[in-house]
Amino acid sequence: MAISVKNVTKRFGDFVALDDVSIDVPDGGLTALLGPSGSGKSTLLRVIAGLEQPDEGQVLISGEDNTETRVQDRNVGFVFQHYAAFKHMTVYDNIAFGLKIKGEGSGTIRERVKQLIELVHLKGYEKRFPNQLSGGQRQRMALARALAVEPRVLLLDEPFGALDAKVREELRTWLRRLHDDVHVTTIFVTHDQEEAMDVAEQIIVMNDGKVEQSGGPRDLYEDPASEFVMSFVGPAHRLGDAWVRPHDVDIRHEPNGQTIEAMIQRIVHLGFEVRVELTLTDGEQFSVQLTRDEVDQLELTEGQIVFVRPRSTRVFAPDGRGSSVTNQPEVAS
Amino acid sequence: MPVGLIFYRTFEHGLSAPIEAITSSDGLHAFWLTIVCVGIAVPLNTIFGVITALVLVRQDFRGKSLVNAVIDVPFAISPVIIGLALFLVYAPRNSWFGGWLMDQGVQVIFSVPGMVLATIFVSLPFVVREVMPVLQEIGTDQEEAAETLGATPWQTFWRVTLPAIRWGVSYGVVLATARALGEFGAVSVVAGNISGQTQTLPLFVRSQFDNLNLAGAYAAGIVLAILAISVLFSMNLLQRRSARNAGGGDEDHELPGPGVFVPQPIEKEA
Repeated sequence: MAISVKNVTKRFGDFVALDDVSIDVPDGGLTALLGPSGSGKSTLLRVIAGLEQPDEGQVLISGEDNTETRVQDRNVGFVFQHYAAFKHMTVYDNIAFGLKIKGEGSGTIRERVKQLIELVHLKGYEKRFPNQLSGGQRQRMALARALAVEPRVLLLDEPFGALDAKVREELRTWLRRLHDDVHVTTIFVTHDQEEAMDVAEQIIVMNDGKVEQSGGPRDLYEDPASEFVMSFVGPAHRLGDAWVRPHDVDIRHEPNGQTIEAMIQRIVHLGFEVRVELTLTDGEQFSVQLTRDEVDQLELTEGQIVFVRPRSTRVFAPDGRGSSVTNQPEVAS
Repeated sequence: MPVGLIFYRTFEHGLSAPIEAITSSDGLHAFWLTIVCVGIAVPLNTIFGVITALVLVRQDFRGKSLVNAVIDVPFAISPVIIGLALFLVYAPRNSWFGGWLMDQGVQVIFSVPGMVLATIFVSLPFVVREVMPVLQEIGTDQEEAAETLGATPWQTFWRVTLPAIRWGVSYGVVLATARALGEFGAVSVVAGNISGQTQTLPLFVRSQFDNLNLAGAYAAGIVLAILAISVLFSMNLLQRRSARNAGGGDEDHELPGPGVFVPQPIEKEA
């Protein structure tokens, strides 16, 4: 394992940011720490980097116990949400910073910075200052700066959080490709489940200072370990005791005994997908995901009364963990 | 206008009287002593100010708000009182350890060390108060980034923190220098005003004035004004040059909004 965190607890005053957390990150992988704000994901990343000292537990990097190692000696690359660019230095000097600290020769530095600048597509920007770059360019510079010292692991703290949606998506794809080229073990923190599923091979879902579940994107979606994961990873709605995904629901015009009555509040066209927002008779609201063709076929309109039938539901044990899936075959009507 | 009037008055009766006054041995000594006081007080205050600001902004400890409040004491208390307080502590007789120091051969009151102390004290808060908001503004991201790249705290300070707060430090230095140059009250209490020995330029102006040597007083006043203005002016030049070096970008120049004691002699030059 490239990174192992064992039973780490971290408190800030009375607040328990990390509560006996253990994770394993495989060598060369791209892992996402996913969770809502305050879930402890950034704190965990900072503990791994050595920017926070855990109250209890151990941090192992490449098999070595690094719990007591100073941040300077951990050789980790860290990228901050707000870039943390050295504003008084040019792009070149920013990227060269770590190499200069290491005392590399000027020839080596020039060569290495040149490679990195090409790698992050900032050729021609060497002499610019950070405030002359766009957000996306600054973050690419920050990434090159972190990679310059050939870190053992790369840690990204909400790296795309401060960027607008389009740039975020571009950088996501770019990071994915970069990782294929560079192959450094990478952990990135995000609160955006779509981003995590898009980029990461392994996702560790955190909530309330604890790890809820870790696994591949598909595992988390199809086999959530807890109600929290069910609701946080991908859309899900609660119908009574059961959880249902919006795409696992049929809409029909006639009741058939298995159906629930609902009124269409709103029909939202999202391109190929259409989201139909419904209100149940008890006032509960939920939405169903259909394709454009299905909506046309059913001739759905806002204000209509329809009957919905979940095709597949998941019921969790009373403690929120462990679940059973019920698939309801269609009853011939 | 008043400054212009001083110029006019100085040279009203020709050049000889004012020049004579400021090139007199007392005048030159006063000039020299002012430079000594400022030259010791300002660097010390700069170092103290940066360290104090770092501690107050970056560290948490008990009594922090008390320390924070105490920093402003020199602003709150009249300089004359500060002079009296120094007198009570350091006077050769009937004081806390003035007598003991005297036995060691160090005379503080009525001599240069006391004047330097008084100057340090009155110009103490400027650097701290200018640097603190800048430190708060830049946050810890850049410093942490430097650390993850292998920089020691010392390297981080010189290569990242100090360049990031340089404008705050510069402003603080300019203000402290201006204050130290012109300090009259506290220095006059501890100095004893012995011409040729413990007279700084402001004290010299006063004594010339009292002796009805108006041309001399005005001339010394002009020297003082020129000193102060040239400090501000050199600051301005420095800033313009650095702005050019920073590639014309202006983001670094978001200086702390003018606090209560910040005059605005220095324009932002893009």
